[in-house]
Amino acid sequence: MSQQKHAEGRPIVRAEDLSKQVSSPDGPLDILQGVNLDLQQSETLAVVGASGSGKSTLLGLLAGLDLPSRGRVELNGQNLNSLDEDGRARLRRELLGFVFQSFHLLPSLTALENVMVPLELVGHSDARILAEEWLQRVGLQPRRLHRPNQLSGGEQQRVAIARAFATSPQLLLADEPTGNLDQQTGRKVIDLLFELNREHRTTLILVTHDAVLADQCSRRLELAEGRLLQASGC
Amino acid sequence: MLAFILRSLWRELASGELRVLLLGLIIGVGAFTSVALFNERVHQAMTHQAGELLAADLLVQSSSPLPEAWKQSAFGMGLQVAETASFRSMTLAGERLQMAEVKAVTRGYPLRGRLLVAETSGHPKQQRQTPPESGSVWLERQLLDRLGLKLGDEIQLGESGFRISGLIFEEPDRGGSLFSIAPRLMMNPVDLPATGLLTVGSRAEYRLLLAGDADALEVFRGWIKPRLQAGQRLLGPRDSRRELTSALERAERFLGLASLVSLLLAAVAIAMSANRYARRHLDNTALLRCLGASRQLITRIFTGQLLLLGLGGSLIGLLFGYLVQHLLAALLAGLFIQQLPPPTLQPLLLGLLIGLVTLTGFALPPLLALRNTPPLRVLRREMPLPRLSRLAIYGPALVVLTGLLAWQAADWQLTLLVSLGMLATLSLLTLVAWLMTRMLQRVSPSGGQPWRLGLANIARHPEVSIVQLVAVGLGMMVVLLLILIRTDLLDAWRATLPFEAPNHFLINVQADQLVPLEKFFRRQKHPAPVIYPMVRARLHSLNGTPVDAESYSEPRAKQLIQREFNLSWMERMPTSNRLVSGHWWNRTDERGWSVEKGIARALGIQLGDRLTFEIAGQTVSAPVTSLRTVAWDSFEVNFFVIAPPGQLDVTQASYITAFFLPPGEEPFLARLITHFSNITDIDVGALMQRVRSIIDRVILSVQFVSLFTLLAGLVVLLAAVQSSLDERIREAAILRTLGAMKGQIRTAIVTEFMVLGAIAGLLAALGATLIAALIADQLFGLSYQGNLWIWPVSLISGMLLMGASGVLGVRSVLQKPPLQQIL
Repeated sequence: MSQQKHAEGRPIVRAEDLSKQVSSPDGPLDILQGVNLDLQQSETLAVVGASGSGKSTLLGLLAGLDLPSRGRVELNGQNLNSLDEDGRARLRRELLGFVFQSFHLLPSLTALENVMVPLELVGHSDARILAEEWLQRVGLQPRRLHRPNQLSGGEQQRVAIARAFATSPQLLLADEPTGNLDQQTGRKVIDLLFELNREHRTTLILVTHDAVLADQCSRRLELAEGRLLQASGC
Repeated sequence: MLAFILRSLWRELASGELRVLLLGLIIGVGAFTSVALFNERVHQAMTHQAGELLAADLLVQSSSPLPEAWKQSAFGMGLQVAETASFRSMTLAGERLQMAEVKAVTRGYPLRGRLLVAETSGHPKQQRQTPPESGSVWLERQLLDRLGLKLGDEIQLGESGFRISGLIFEEPDRGGSLFSIAPRLMMNPVDLPATGLLTVGSRAEYRLLLAGDADALEVFRGWIKPRLQAGQRLLGPRDSRRELTSALERAERFLGLASLVSLLLAAVAIAMSANRYARRHLDNTALLRCLGASRQLITRIFTGQLLLLGLGGSLIGLLFGYLVQHLLAALLAGLFIQQLPPPTLQPLLLGLLIGLVTLTGFALPPLLALRNTPPLRVLRREMPLPRLSRLAIYGPALVVLTGLLAWQAADWQLTLLVSLGMLATLSLLTLVAWLMTRMLQRVSPSGGQPWRLGLANIARHPEVSIVQLVAVGLGMMVVLLLILIRTDLLDAWRATLPFEAPNHFLINVQADQLVPLEKFFRRQKHPAPVIYPMVRARLHSLNGTPVDAESYSEPRAKQLIQREFNLSWMERMPTSNRLVSGHWWNRTDERGWSVEKGIARALGIQLGDRLTFEIAGQTVSAPVTSLRTVAWDSFEVNFFVIAPPGQLDVTQASYITAFFLPPGEEPFLARLITHFSNITDIDVGALMQRVRSIIDRVILSVQFVSLFTLLAGLVVLLAAVQSSLDERIREAAILRTLGAMKGQIRTAIVTEFMVLGAIAGLLAALGATLIAALIADQLFGLSYQGNLWIWPVSLISGMLLMGASGVLGVRSVLQKPPLQQIL
């Protein structure tokens, strides 16, 4: 499978020797060490591991939300280290979508406005129409004028998914997307994610504890104490 | 329990959570205390200075000699005492006769102010506190000149002859009676009996002058009041001169206004930062409740924290206020003749009380709301809080605070006006802010321009936007208002006493001298002054009922009834007067009286009442057709009662005028007095100089005091920006994760803040103009002519101020990697 993917061309995500060190009261602490990764378009990757194993750190580095202490990340061939914060933001805007465990919707905006925000950022002229379509797609059109605190957790996560897909990103990063949801709701959200992944050929990186969810991914990467423990399908 | 409260308070302080709250409290209490302390000292100093015009702090005036026992009692109360006796008498030198105002003074006179005397013509003027030696007198130069005498010559007074041993240059209470007709002769009281001038029934005025500390004076005041009989009255600095009293009252109002507004602003800042603090503590509180803390415990924790914080913050504020007022006193020291009196404890205690009331009133309600935090919030962060209406939260605090302020300012009218004004302004600001946010909802953020995103943000956070608009608008409005008051109102006030205000009065002008006097002025190239007729009259009856002093309980009313009125007639109302009700006569054959409002109130005279005056045995009756206010500090010729031309008997009138004599033009005056020997000149220049210097001093202190208000306004701004900072930090982090660039976020936020600032600026200019006009009209009796420049200045400074706050506010957000705030 790996060779097959390679044949498709340049990887959309490439991480080389990715490491992150932070200072702690007991001296420097390695929270991520020497992670290597290649990911092709429309692949799905599950990042698993215990709490504190470095999963979220890896996701943040892949998205350019922080810079590695060592090593590098390439998104669509662009080395993130060579870009400044604004350059990385621009790349995120063009390439990435996000879904978080705690949804991170803007509390003062309606569901519709939340979905409109990334579209407005790229200057989309039909932001409202497109956002309405996406809410329709995730089944929340009737609740489009509700604010986050008027929506259930599952509904909020569906808004977050609509927001993530609205700009048609090539790569979608999801941090424990079902972590705050009950099993049934989580199931629906996951189904939606994979459905959209198939429809739009979006590459998906999922950080999760959920073994069932991890099994649904085409590849799997397990971290322990910041190191790559095992990779399957890579 | 206390240990827990102390520990958690310490943690909060260390983490910087309570910094703005504490800052607001310190500045609020500091501003209030320093202003209260400083005001009190300035007030005391000004009272003192006004005392100079009485030559005492307090005096008893009587038409008969004062009992010796009074003097002894005053001594016993630790007061300084001096006595004067004044009367009018002819003086004689050879063949020449001249009326003089004779005044016998005891050792110690003057107790306040200075008496300057030169003992020989070449000698320098000396400050004296002893009377002339027995057998000698001091004269004013005018008397010396009129009698053709020089120092050392003899002058005859009654049955005694005196050697002229000194020339009087300055006498503190000389201006005490504006219409003292003749020049001064000062003598030793031991010589009085020998003159044979003071017999039973002779018209003289006896004064017991008193000076000392405020408490002793207050004791004496209480002691003497029940002992005063008809013809005797107590005079304090406020009674010394109407011109000065109104200057003092305005001064107190100006200072009181600034102090009041500073504190109300600090309260707004405290309320805002307490709200933010409470919002940030929802999770902690939910957790505490989850861990089993009862609502009662939560209440105790937050109340305890707040009280400790209030005590600590207020004490720092008091210290701050105390130091600042010392600095102020040092800056202004050169302006006061004497040292400022030391500060007292009362403003400090009041400052502490005000600090605690402000903090508990404005910070406790949102904190107490925390006890209703549902513990479930630990699991569901979105759980809403039960909310109280803002009025229910802040209403009681506002009422208590307003009460305390009114008590401190001892001026209900001002406090009520300012508080209602603030409330009305808050409502107006809220309404306009709401309308503005509604209007901005139409702005589409599409197109990707970050400024549109910023504009849309205003409408998307209507509550935050409105709170910020109102807070910033209010802060700016107060600052603008102070600038307006400082410049426009104070200028207007100063203009009521222009440089060319009349400094000389000519009285005793006779009817046949009107034309010659006018010609004399013209010939000497001086503008001819307006000359008013004057008739002395006594109020005979009101609506047909004869009036006497007994029918009034007010001392002022009694005095007014006993004295003679100077009536005048004129076709047009003097420019310094303002019609309050009724109408000014349009026909000269109309009958009526125009009465000054203050005297009408004192005597219970209403529009339409029929007043009868007795003039030289004849009575004149007419209805009151109008009430006027008079600018007593204008130094123009003013009359309590004016009649239309033709109503009064012309033959009984003498004439009076006031004019401005430029410095160096004394020879003109000398020629005038020689030419019209019966006319008496009264020089009020020195008195005016003093009133003017008091006005200038007050203006300076108001400017200083307004600095605190400015500071309080800035804390409100800080609190307003901070109040939405947490939400903005979170939003900016999410937006950056979604790919927004720093520049976009910065542009969006700065646009949002600048537009908010511009709107707030316009609101502030509108509010300030309205309130300034109201204050000018209601409190100072001045007419206010708007000011166009404040509109653009307010708009631009609002934009810049808020824009800069926006830039500073988002700096921390943009510097940190979003990862730390989001994952």
